[in-house]
Amino acid sequence: MRIATASEIAKKVIQKEPLFILDVRNEETFQDWKIEGEQVVHLNVPYFELLDGAGAIVDQLPKDQEIMVVCAKEGSSIMVAEILEEEGCSAAYLQGGMKAWSEYLEPVKIGDLKSGGELYQFVRLGKGCLSYMIVSGGEAAVVDAVRMTGVFTVFADGLDAKIIHVLDTHLHADHISGGRKLAESTGATYWLPQKDAEEVTFDFASLEEGASITVGSTKIEIQPLYSPGHTIGSTSFIVDDSYLLTGDILFIDSIGRPDLAGLAEDWVGDLRESLYNRYPQLSEDLTVLPAHFMMIKELNENGSVSEKLGALYKQNHGLKIDNEDEFRELVTGNLPPQPNAYQEIRQTNMGKIQPDEEMQREMEIGPNRCAVR
Amino acid sequence: MIQTDKVLDAKNLACPMPIVKTRKAIKEMTEGQVLEVHSTDTGTTADLKAWSESAGHQYIGNVQEDGVWRHFVRKSDKEEWQERTYPFTVANEKLTDKLEEPGTVLIDVRESAEYTFNHIPGALSIPLGQLEERIEHLDKKHKYFIVCRTGNRSDMACQKLAAQGFECVTNVVPGMSKWHGNTENTAGGMKR
Repeated sequence: MRIATASEIAKKVIQKEPLFILDVRNEETFQDWKIEGEQVVHLNVPYFELLDGAGAIVDQLPKDQEIMVVCAKEGSSIMVAEILEEEGCSAAYLQGGMKAWSEYLEPVKIGDLKSGGELYQFVRLGKGCLSYMIVSGGEAAVVDAVRMTGVFTVFADGLDAKIIHVLDTHLHADHISGGRKLAESTGATYWLPQKDAEEVTFDFASLEEGASITVGSTKIEIQPLYSPGHTIGSTSFIVDDSYLLTGDILFIDSIGRPDLAGLAEDWVGDLRESLYNRYPQLSEDLTVLPAHFMMIKELNENGSVSEKLGALYKQNHGLKIDNEDEFRELVTGNLPPQPNAYQEIRQTNMGKIQPDEEMQREMEIGPNRCAVR
Repeated sequence: MIQTDKVLDAKNLACPMPIVKTRKAIKEMTEGQVLEVHSTDTGTTADLKAWSESAGHQYIGNVQEDGVWRHFVRKSDKEEWQERTYPFTVANEKLTDKLEEPGTVLIDVRESAEYTFNHIPGALSIPLGQLEERIEHLDKKHKYFIVCRTGNRSDMACQKLAAQGFECVTNVVPGMSKWHGNTENTAGGMKR
């Protein structure tokens, strides 16, 4: 029986390789979220249906392909993989289960910066979150860090860069921000939009439009651009005059939802202003880098998630609704279910509650739901 | 105090062991008995519910104290498939009015765990297995309504009472599985 890592599965998903997954979690949990990929085929049979052997499902398993057994934390998948091998199947299990999948980040280089340095995207495939690192002249800034902060410090170390700025585009409601933890452990400055941070219980530096932040001796500029709508403080960043980090305001195939802080009706106007008046004043050549993706088909060939601003104004349905009432109806009338535990996640990101790691993991379980299409 | 027939300690065990052990423990029990499972793994609740449903057992409920879950599972007794024979019944919907008449008593003959998580306010809990020893404390002058989950255990209870000379005994059908009126859950204030 082979052990597969989340990293290996991530590469298979990105390279669109065939993968047969026997997911042995209970049906409800499986329906809620699973490993997605263009060439991924699933069979969901709860492990407790297989305790007397896998005889009943052998017919449904491929003969000439390895079976990747997946469960919540790995214990049940080891058991089932053993049972499958007894049946003569070739089986592997995902080390750490869906917990490891949810926490895995795939780093992808987005591009070089004009005066030296690079921009990296960290793709959290299992949750749809995107974080960024801007590296230049031995210094680094991290944007929208997720709670697995070790990934960023190890990555920065590998590039001999010191993390000096940590920024969040907004107060997240779908996942726990690693911003504060990362800033504390590296001594970096933690930047938050003031209007999203009225209730936070810790010290931070306030992001102001027009006051740029620099990284490295070559002065890579990060220009904050106030773009409310998903939250009242949502702020975008223009990096090196080439990249537009849109946070949860604009995605590749969808736009931000305005209701996660409970004020959809109030913020829909702000969202429209940001998307229909502020962004169109920017260069169409900016590369949009959002804080989330919704579907695996939004991934580019190399696994990154990005698109030119001009292209999005041609393709993204949410940017092409001329009628304001119709727009209002789209973003307030037909919202998807809210993310798991989003209220508690907001409280955690404000520093109001301090759940332990196991609790944080539980709160983040399930799919990301920050967008409306 | 919830009375159970067996307690399984599955604390500090990771998936799949809590279900593997529960399954084994249930196999060794008789139909209709209640197993109490103690667990600490967060995934166990959803899995126990799903497993119970799939295996035909009844997941009754759970209480959480100091990071330990106490789950209550009743082994399937296939009561849905049994035939009722006691002739005097009242439909769920008519019960509330009946109980307002003076001298009426509602007896819930399900297991103590089932009663604790969900019962009609004012119902007296006498699990079917304890009915015979407690029958002498019941006043034959009262009018009795007997309820269980699906109407079968209460059917048996009605027959027992009638055989002992109780004249006014009525079975509530179908019982708690389809009860939409008020209920009480007394699991919260439970002492260990």
